[in-house]
Amino acid sequence: MIRVALAGNPNSGKTTLFNALTGSTAHVGNWPGVTVDKREGEYKRKGFEPISIIDLPGIYSLSPYTPEEVISRNYIIDEKPDCVINVVDATNLERNLYLTTQLLEMDVPIVIALNMIDVVQKNKDEINYKKLSKALGVPVLPVSALKEKDFSDLMQTVNEEASKKRKGTTLLDKTKLNDLINQIKELYEEKDESNSLFHAIKLIEGDSIEKKDHDKIYQKVEEAKSNFNDEIFGNDLEAIIADERYRFIQAECSVSFKRHQEVEYIVDKKGRKKKVKEGTISDRIDKVLTNRVFGLIIFAAILFLVFHLTFGEDLFYLNAMGVFNNTDVTLGVGTTWEGILFSSGAGIQSPGVLLQTILVGFTDFITEQVGVGLDLAGASSWANALICDGILAGIFSVLSFLPQILLLFLFFSILEDSGYMARVAFILDRIFRRFGVSGRAFMPMIMGFGCSIPAMTNTRTLATDRERTATIRVIPFFSCSAKLPILTACAGATVTLFGVGNADLITLGMYGIGIVIAIIALLTLRNTTLRGETPPFIMELPAYHWPKFSSLMLHVWDKCKHFVKKAFTIILVSNLVIWVLQSFTPSWQYIEYGDEGFVTSLTTNDSILANIGKIIQPIFTPLGFGSQLGTFGWVFAVGAITGLIAKENVIATFAMLGAVVASVPGVGGIVSDIEGASDVAMMIQATNINIPGILAFVVFNMTTIPCFAAVATAKAELNKGKLKNTIFFWLITSYIAGTVIYLVGTWWWTTFIVLVVIALLIVSIHFINKARDKRANLTLKN
Amino acid sequence: MEKTLDTFKIGEKGVIIKVNGEGVTRRRLFDMGVTPGANVKLVKKAPLGDPLEVTIRNYELTLRKNEAKQVILKVEE
Ligand SMILES: Nc1nc2c(ncn2[C@@H]2O[C@H](COP(=O)(O)OP(=O)(O)OP(=O)(O)O)[C@@H](O)[C@H]2O)c(=O)[nH]1
Ligand SMILES: [Mg+2]
Repeated sequence: MIRVALAGNPNSGKTTLFNALTGSTAHVGNWPGVTVDKREGEYKRKGFEPISIIDLPGIYSLSPYTPEEVISRNYIIDEKPDCVINVVDATNLERNLYLTTQLLEMDVPIVIALNMIDVVQKNKDEINYKKLSKALGVPVLPVSALKEKDFSDLMQTVNEEASKKRKGTTLLDKTKLNDLINQIKELYEEKDESNSLFHAIKLIEGDSIEKKDHDKIYQKVEEAKSNFNDEIFGNDLEAIIADERYRFIQAECSVSFKRHQEVEYIVDKKGRKKKVKEGTISDRIDKVLTNRVFGLIIFAAILFLVFHLTFGEDLFYLNAMGVFNNTDVTLGVGTTWEGILFSSGAGIQSPGVLLQTILVGFTDFITEQVGVGLDLAGASSWANALICDGILAGIFSVLSFLPQILLLFLFFSILEDSGYMARVAFILDRIFRRFGVSGRAFMPMIMGFGCSIPAMTNTRTLATDRERTATIRVIPFFSCSAKLPILTACAGATVTLFGVGNADLITLGMYGIGIVIAIIALLTLRNTTLRGETPPFIMELPAYHWPKFSSLMLHVWDKCKHFVKKAFTIILVSNLVIWVLQSFTPSWQYIEYGDEGFVTSLTTNDSILANIGKIIQPIFTPLGFGSQLGTFGWVFAVGAITGLIAKENVIATFAMLGAVVASVPGVGGIVSDIEGASDVAMMIQATNINIPGILAFVVFNMTTIPCFAAVATAKAELNKGKLKNTIFFWLITSYIAGTVIYLVGTWWWTTFIVLVVIALLIVSIHFINKARDKRANLTLKN
Repeated sequence: MEKTLDTFKIGEKGVIIKVNGEGVTRRRLFDMGVTPGANVKLVKKAPLGDPLEVTIRNYELTLRKNEAKQVILKVEE
């Protein structure tokens, strides 16, 4: 099977083309650097041999700057595809063709796909493909990866080209560098290297990878360099080559692009000349969104709106404003759906909460029916408990958050595909710099709200190792969708039980605490173990466009599948294990319970789970959910531990325990329309934990070691040997954060002690760093 | 008149004469089209004054003042 690689600038539409050719659903977004790993698919059409297609991360040149760009370069050099489709953004020819001039130097057949041709046509611009193809010496085909369905012309050409062999060509052969290039190229050929032309030119450019691999040959370049003299650039060969490339593009290629002449004036009915509004719509939207005064405020408002639409119990604050205090209007009284859309007690729900309520009504119904069915079928009480309280309660408690997770994900996808995220990076860079990272780090961080795993992989687009390590370490603090149930359920329980505040705002506040901890952690890391220069920030800002409905739905659907699959695999298995551990004593006696409480003298406190929990429980005493919590205190310790496998397990564990703990005297009777809240409320009643303790529990779960899968990703993305420290960092951070919150919340005067300790730490870090710099300066001088 | 990019006013245009500096950052600037001969227009500054947004080779590029300091341009009158 022939293999065809897609190469091109970031954001040129490679993945869109890949999806269209192979029927895949890989992530597409209006942000340079969405794809960070290669991905394979198959092009299958009638009349064609199947072709293997490989999507690669976007690159601006074949001298990689970041790790994901290395992947693309290495793929083309090492894996030697049969043909490369160079995806070129036709609205941005000059910069895109710069990469093309380098690809042409490789010994591989190339076909140029001029993408986004729909936009070119809409702008009434014209491109002369024949002229372009002649100048470059390879086929050029106009396509629109987004709008077209049929790519048989393109693939036909690819098939033809792949069967021929192509030797690299360079535009530099007409320059005075030609002799040097040929000389170096021969040295490579003597070593039987393929792509000799490409390697030779890279070496002359002083490419760092090339220099490392061929330091012997590089000495020849150095020699030639010392004799070289250009009237403008001296012997700066790197600059000369970049200059020549762009010169060629301007002279040979830009002529094939004819820009539609904008009319400057229109004549209105009365014959007056009127100036046409300056700038495209995109420009005008941009003026508002990145406004010097309002830019940051607009961003904060958008973020709040996204969270409010997802979690808001009281969408328009009708209830908070007391609009319905004296009238009792609740829709659908007496039905299962009582108060679902609207109730005077809670106002109007946000779409996220509404969808959740509907789903919960449905799953509750299933659980009930299954329970009745099992009883009728004469199933034993433990089988009934296993299925209803074990499997169903656990899974449904997790699944019920699916609507909110998908909605949050949808909002972020809209922001991403519109091109706004890139502007946010632009707006926030100045602030992020203070924390030692560049504005680019914003993308992996916001992705963290969805899932830490792709977020950690996305750090490949960051420019320096230390920035990458620091970002990976704080990503879990941006609470992922699996932690969302912990946040909302604990917030809901606190509100219902203690009658304080508003669940919506508490949830938002907890997200906020996570972000604050991330900032403190970044500052600390970048001033201690990961000290280094602030990485540069050079980024393309893609044009705004309307998010495409079908690709949004694809993203959401992908996320949905992933989540449901996880619920029925890893979470189901964890639930089964936890149920067994909580239902049997260490000597494998079944702990039976019924509506009236435990049937025998055995209670859940005698279970294996409780015994394990009690051993770990003391560790959490400083955080407020340890030994001070009496006999049932182990539930929180157990929750925190099961969360290490998958964070969904925390609330699933509580849901399973809820069924048994409810039979403890003085527990139960809490009704909350917030999913999971009544389970957490029962844990609170059983243990008498205080509010700071709950908060510390949430913060601990939010900032501690993430789930197994995320740890595995961190291991893959971090440099060798960094994982151990990273895990240690997570443990320490969560422990300290939890302790501080519990202490300060319980005894307000401890604030002073905490502040003094922080001040002392800051001062000592400052002096240690000063001493270090001094020493570094001294060694430099010597 | 010659000037570095970080001293440009909003709306000001120029042609690049030279890109100073060294190493990967300069390389990246070259790769993104910041080379001698390119026309540059400063479009705007971020809300906190830095980074800058410029139009170059028909697309929008953002870079910090720190990097812009290395780019020397001839200002259009
Ligand atoms: N109008 C139009 N938009 C397109 C076309 N192809 C892609 N896009 C849009 O361009 C943006 C970038 O597309 P991607 O496929 O993610 O680009 P990529 O080259 O894979 O980008 P990286 O993975 O970041 O290197 C998305 O918002 C697409 O919807 C096209 O033919 N026409
Ligand atoms: Mg891509």
